[in-house]
Amino acid sequence: MSANGNLVEVENLTKRFAVKQGVFARGKTEVHAVEGINLTVRRGETLGIVGESGCGKSTTARLMLRLLDLTAGTVRFDGTDISTMSQRALRPLRREMQMIFQDPYSSLNPRKTVGQIVGAPFAIHGQKGAKTRVQELLETVGLSPEHYNRYPHEFSGGQRQRIGVARALALSPKLIVCDEPVSALDVSIQAQILNLLRNLQRDFNLTYVFISHDLSVIRQIADRIAVMYLGKIVELGDSESIYEHPKHPYTAALLSAVPRATSGGRERIVLSGDVPSPVDPPAACVFHPRCPRFHEGQCDVETPQLRELATGQSAACHYPLEKWPMTDDEIRQAEGAERVDRPHLEGTAHEL
Amino acid sequence: MTLYIARRLVWTVVVVACVLAITFAVFYLLPAGDPALRFAGKNPTDAELALIHQRLGLDKPWYVQFGKFSKNFFVGDQFGWPGLGYTYAGQTSVKALIVQRAPRTLLLIAGAAILWLVVGVSIGVLSAVKRRTIVDRLAMGFALVGISTPVFWLGLMALYIFWRQLGWTGGTGYVSPIDSPTGFISHMILPWIVLALLYAAFYARMTRNNLLETLGEDYIRTARAKGLPERTVIFKHGLRASLTPIVTMFGLDIALLVGGAIITESVFNIQGLGYLAINSALQQDLPIVVGVVLLGSVAVALANLIVDILYAFIDPRVRYA
Amino acid sequence: MSTSHDGTLLDVRGLTVRFPTSDGVVQAVSDVSFSLSRGETLGVVGESGSGKSVSNLAIMGLLNRQRTAISGQVEFMGRDLLTLPPDDLRHIRGKDIAMVFQDPFACLHPMYRVGAQIAEAVTAHQDVSKDAAWARAVELLDHVGIPNAKSRARDYPHQFSGGMRQRAMIAMALVHNPSILICDEPTTALDVTVQAQIIELIEEVKREFDIGVILVTHDLGVVAETANAVMVMYAGRIMEYGPARQIFEQPQHPYTWGLLDSMPSIERRLTALVPIEGSPPSLLAPPPGCPFHPRCRYRFEPCPVDRPPLVSPLPEAHPDACHLAWDEKVREGAKRSVTRLGDAA
Repeated sequence: MSANGNLVEVENLTKRFAVKQGVFARGKTEVHAVEGINLTVRRGETLGIVGESGCGKSTTARLMLRLLDLTAGTVRFDGTDISTMSQRALRPLRREMQMIFQDPYSSLNPRKTVGQIVGAPFAIHGQKGAKTRVQELLETVGLSPEHYNRYPHEFSGGQRQRIGVARALALSPKLIVCDEPVSALDVSIQAQILNLLRNLQRDFNLTYVFISHDLSVIRQIADRIAVMYLGKIVELGDSESIYEHPKHPYTAALLSAVPRATSGGRERIVLSGDVPSPVDPPAACVFHPRCPRFHEGQCDVETPQLRELATGQSAACHYPLEKWPMTDDEIRQAEGAERVDRPHLEGTAHEL
Repeated sequence: MTLYIARRLVWTVVVVACVLAITFAVFYLLPAGDPALRFAGKNPTDAELALIHQRLGLDKPWYVQFGKFSKNFFVGDQFGWPGLGYTYAGQTSVKALIVQRAPRTLLLIAGAAILWLVVGVSIGVLSAVKRRTIVDRLAMGFALVGISTPVFWLGLMALYIFWRQLGWTGGTGYVSPIDSPTGFISHMILPWIVLALLYAAFYARMTRNNLLETLGEDYIRTARAKGLPERTVIFKHGLRASLTPIVTMFGLDIALLVGGAIITESVFNIQGLGYLAINSALQQDLPIVVGVVLLGSVAVALANLIVDILYAFIDPRVRYA
Repeated sequence: MSTSHDGTLLDVRGLTVRFPTSDGVVQAVSDVSFSLSRGETLGVVGESGSGKSVSNLAIMGLLNRQRTAISGQVEFMGRDLLTLPPDDLRHIRGKDIAMVFQDPFACLHPMYRVGAQIAEAVTAHQDVSKDAAWARAVELLDHVGIPNAKSRARDYPHQFSGGMRQRAMIAMALVHNPSILICDEPTTALDVTVQAQIIELIEEVKREFDIGVILVTHDLGVVAETANAVMVMYAGRIMEYGPARQIFEQPQHPYTWGLLDSMPSIERRLTALVPIEGSPPSLLAPPPGCPFHPRCRYRFEPCPVDRPPLVSPLPEAHPDACHLAWDEKVREGAKRSVTRLGDAA
């Protein structure tokens, strides 16, 4: 199994959180955080998971690492099924999967020196010669070995994220999950960290799962992309294919919404309303209440499966986009189906 | 909302039942000595002791005692509901004794509570608004003194100065407001102030800290950006949000004092519930102690409920959760 | 609502903000001058600590006067806002100059109904009945695109989504038809599709009410799509200030170049991003000379010594604060030239 090209294989991954309603309340309410996701992460690639807040991208990553227990489905890491393994049995595998967090300020213990923080994995997993190794790591991530005895508060945001990277690298992991690692950083620093991550991947043959809400950042780092909406993958494929010709209307709306400095000659697809509650997700296609291509009687009845399209990507849509870019009008006119007119709920202004 | 209150009331009953069990266990199963010895005179014979045991119900196994005790509590006994039994010493009704003493304690708490709430919150707001000025330092100095001064010392000093030396107030003891309204106030004013001082100091500090924290919130900046007068910003937007923890504390503090104003009651010889409880404990008159403890725990449970309901009124996020 | 004849609403000259702390004086904003006209969107761009937010709080009088030293002039309708008594300034705040903040989750009072908070903004400057104020609140919520405004006005903020809260904040800002709307990172906390909605709403509002907008953001993309003029700030100072078209087509300052280079592009995958090395300086002790020189790849002898003044190198160019020769600015700037969406159309 481990000989194949996939480092992580995820099947039918599902996570529901019970929402507590009070002691005597009857009937459990569940948040459908992740619903039946199928996904593979290939060795040496960067898989980008992109989506808006609450779409389940972080939960997916945490399930892959078994930082959360699965409600259903399987996760295979390096050929081993880890979906129901005990935390104890997982421990030897833990060193091979690491995580980098969004907030470099709160994910580092303020009372520990950089040496202790980066060296902690050695202590936990019992390795000698930690100090030299830590100092090498600090150099690898662009810090100075003299920083060994300093405390996190003495560093800037970008440097702290470098410390986080060094800590993740310490045990030569196979997989690093980066959860919004540059979202809290200024643009000029973002680029530093993205470059660092790219170089480390090349040098150490790392595999990344890179979570971000920022489509521009994802484009710079990901080889393949999974676009998530309300706990499901709506589009999956090569980064180039998805950015050059998105097939799912949601992906298209996301791409068109990004403000950009460069010219594009595009028309913005404004989605109406807000993301529905994951407690009670819409039936069939979860995107149908906001979709500009919504077809009554199909999208709200039949759940679209993620299916492979000629363009080298898969989309979970009954009416994938024919071309890109498209105007708002073209998007609303899907081939082979009647258009249903729906007024925009939001984004329309009325006369005062 | 109604459902919520109903649910909480059920819980209150559960909590009281638990307290009942624990109180029973502590006082009936682990006594410091045989209470019967106290009523049997010198050199009692075994027969005499057995008779007393029987009369007090101490001859039954503990679960029978507990069953009777609980039944009486929830259903009532010959003195009515709730049945708290009779005292060992005088064979009189515990309930009657508590009913006689309760008004003293409740009036003491009520007067002090109003005083400390008004004074404490005012000082807290003042020192938050005048942060880092002499006013703030004085106010916090007062708070420090209030918190660190022992109540019994303060009580005795107050009595000495205002009663013995100046003769401005009445002395120790309790005067019923029905017998003499002026005498009541003259006797209660010092206990009120002494009891309130400690709490006022706590509340001043708490209000100041909460308010300062709230005033740093983004929505306070929004309120200022709207062009609201500073007074509205502080009192409407700031104080409202910093009120929740104060309400919680206030409810619990009052409830805890029902059986816990012991020092104040002792110093001023107001024979209230705390005073009753401590004396009964010393005399091993356990039914009285149980009665007061139960009353205190019911008060705490009810206060909790009231606080939670108030919470929902103050903070909509709780209401719609 | 009288303004000077040239349409200038706000004229800021030499704005300087200092925070004395126990560690020393934080030089948050130094010598910032700009002006804003009706119908104009001024984009203020910079990273954290660049002074872009602080300067706007200073203009609004929202900094604690006891703990801040503010100097310079902020002229609005013939009056200097910095020397105005607090109570007079209060009557301008929220009425003539309104503000929308970054985090709509924290900016609304959690314990008052959304409608009530907007109605309160009405009664703050206008003597109307509670009912009339409430009606105005509902009207504005409807105007900014809140569905079922009448019933949603009775909701509490936590019942609103992030985008709706930001719409409510904008509604609150519009209560008295202000002449200036200051938006401090209005979309940073929002999801990208919602962000697009809010940017469009601000643009609509600007056109409809004919007001001046100051848009503070770290996102060059947002600025490129909306601003007429752009001010690039670094370490409390203006690095470059000019018409948006010029700033994007012919950026003159190495810091702006650095920002444009390091911006991840959504258009294509770059072989390597070009970051600005190092980190922003401490404002307690900013570097001597040009504040950007320690991170600047183009620095030469005068940079660490002389602070370059903000001047136009040529009459037809916009002002920048950089010692580089004009030829080099043209050459390097042209490499980063960006044709904006609006200009292409």
